[in-house]
Amino acid sequence: MLEINNLHVKLEEEDKQILKGVDLSLEPGTVHAIMGPNGSGKSTLSYVLSGRDGYEVTDGAATLEGEDILDLDPEERAAAGLFLAFQYPIEIPGVGNMTFLRTAVNAQRKARGEEELSAGDFLKIVREKAKSLKIDADMLKRPVNVGFSGGEKKRNEILQMAMLEPKMCILDETDSGLDVDAMKLVSEGVNALRSEGRAFLVITHYQRLLDHIKPDVVHIMADGRIVKSGGPELALEVENNGYADILAEVA
Amino acid sequence: MVLPALNQDATDARLANMTMSDGGVWANTARESALARVKAMGLPTARDEYWKYTNPANLVMANPPEAALHDNDSVPLYDGIDRLKVVFVDGVFDADASDDLSLEGVEIERLADVLEMDIHWAKDLYGVLEARGQTPVERPLAALNTAYASDGLVIRATGQASKPIALIYKHESTTSDAILHHVIRVEEGADLTVLENGPAAARFNKAMEVDVADKGAFHHVRAQGRDHERRANTHIFGRLGTESIFKSFTLTANGRLTRNEVVLELTGDDAQAHVAGAALGDGDFHHDDTVFITHDAVNCESRQVFKKVLRNGAVGVFQGKILVQPDAQKTDGYQISQSLLLDDDSQFLAKPELEIYADDVACSHGSTSGAIDEDALFYLRSRGVPEGPATDLLVLSFLAEAIDEIEDEAIADDILSRLEGWLARRRG
Repeated sequence: MLEINNLHVKLEEEDKQILKGVDLSLEPGTVHAIMGPNGSGKSTLSYVLSGRDGYEVTDGAATLEGEDILDLDPEERAAAGLFLAFQYPIEIPGVGNMTFLRTAVNAQRKARGEEELSAGDFLKIVREKAKSLKIDADMLKRPVNVGFSGGEKKRNEILQMAMLEPKMCILDETDSGLDVDAMKLVSEGVNALRSEGRAFLVITHYQRLLDHIKPDVVHIMADGRIVKSGGPELALEVENNGYADILAEVA
Repeated sequence: MVLPALNQDATDARLANMTMSDGGVWANTARESALARVKAMGLPTARDEYWKYTNPANLVMANPPEAALHDNDSVPLYDGIDRLKVVFVDGVFDADASDDLSLEGVEIERLADVLEMDIHWAKDLYGVLEARGQTPVERPLAALNTAYASDGLVIRATGQASKPIALIYKHESTTSDAILHHVIRVEEGADLTVLENGPAAARFNKAMEVDVADKGAFHHVRAQGRDHERRANTHIFGRLGTESIFKSFTLTANGRLTRNEVVLELTGDDAQAHVAGAALGDGDFHHDDTVFITHDAVNCESRQVFKKVLRNGAVGVFQGKILVQPDAQKTDGYQISQSLLLDDDSQFLAKPELEIYADDVACSHGSTSGAIDEDALFYLRSRGVPEGPATDLLVLSFLAEAIDEIEDEAIADDILSRLEGWLARRRG
């Protein structure tokens, strides 16, 4: 699904290398987690993959189902099936959540040469998916993320993911700012989307999210590289001992 | 008092080829006194402080530059709204194209007829609110309008108007120089909506005097047409009674030069005045909103919400003032003027002013200039919305606070679809 080879990335504006050779390979149907201390490059990886400005790829490659994505515009990557759930979803005053969702869904369908959804069909689908995420009609009507609580914003991200049905989902610290109940709700939303054809890359600081979204593989990232990979037990090790032991071990 | 030479010259040049109509005694008196005001104040030049950001030369000169006609092939604005249509072509009432001027809850007359009458209630308003609006800041082009206007409407709402009155201003001559003057009286407890649409003329000078009695409500939504080369200066003079409501929204997309002045006086307690505008300019576009709101009663609320989207060298101007008189306690005044600059060539000039003499008031104002929010743009694009449509969505997001000032949802939707059309056409 997603192949990352020897990815080197620096900041565009300054001479600072953030990613120093990242290798990752995700099979369809799998959930990979990336953990790591602050500043290790986790969020940068998610931004570079989704096409945010401000980064320069100096070496390496990233492909989605064999297609090189690093030269694509963000909207082209989205249409190709990539989705990033933001750590801090952006507020867009004056644009209704529903309008935003429909614009996004139909833009992707159009880019893929599919027919746009009618207003009626769209409404039916969005209501059904919103219901399972406990997103009410009011939240759908309100401007995108404006006045939403932390939990509502993250649920809204998952709703977008459910509507867009991407193949490759990247979750950037989706657990940040969530209480236990909200984390459960969001995780259920993610788990409901797990399927054979879809892969997830879950970026998190804490093991607790991985209690709810059970990963197949856990990677530890430090100083711009994946320094260790293993099964779910690796997350537990981090939870119990912190990163220091692991980093010392691989140093 | 002797006028500065530049103003004197501008005034002489303009008045040389103007002819005042003859009418009823009261009308002649009103016109003569307006002309006396023009001569005393002098027409403006670029040297005047109030015209520092907008050069009035083309609005003042005797023969205005020509303005090409724009092909308006699309569905007319407000088309889906049940309304009484009144059509003016290059500033002249067109009876054939207009609906019958009868509407439940409203009396509508032609100003041309009213000015001929020996006596009419309009004498208490025509040129009266305009004259009041000449202090503390002079507005000579409005006095010029009072002196020479021969057409327009005189409207008196006595109850709930059964539907909005839509004034349609057609522009059919490349050299037209139109003056229109409307007088509107909303009686106690009455409710009236006036819509305006169209470029009106190559050059347009419009004045509207609106007197809203106690508990009356006046709603106004206007769009200034799609013509690129037209020039316009407009004045709204409003006086608000106790517990009355005045709400005005203006959409301006295109037009080489526009100066919209709004002068409101809140004279009765608990009155509410909202003035809003959305302006979109691409290229040869200069748009000036100049607003002066005087609070002269207790517990009144005023809001000014002006947003401008500018690109390819377009210029936006905002001069907004809230004046709170000593007795206007519990005033709630709000003023925001913002521009979204879509490139480095465009310019926004803002002069927000508060002048407060009462001690128990809440007034806030803000003015900003900014570019498209890159984070928001990336967010939309990461959801698959291409850059063009994503930028448009953010432009609409920027304008939303102004559009929200339109109370009627159907009218707001209509205005919104105009905006979307404008944006889509520019995307190619």
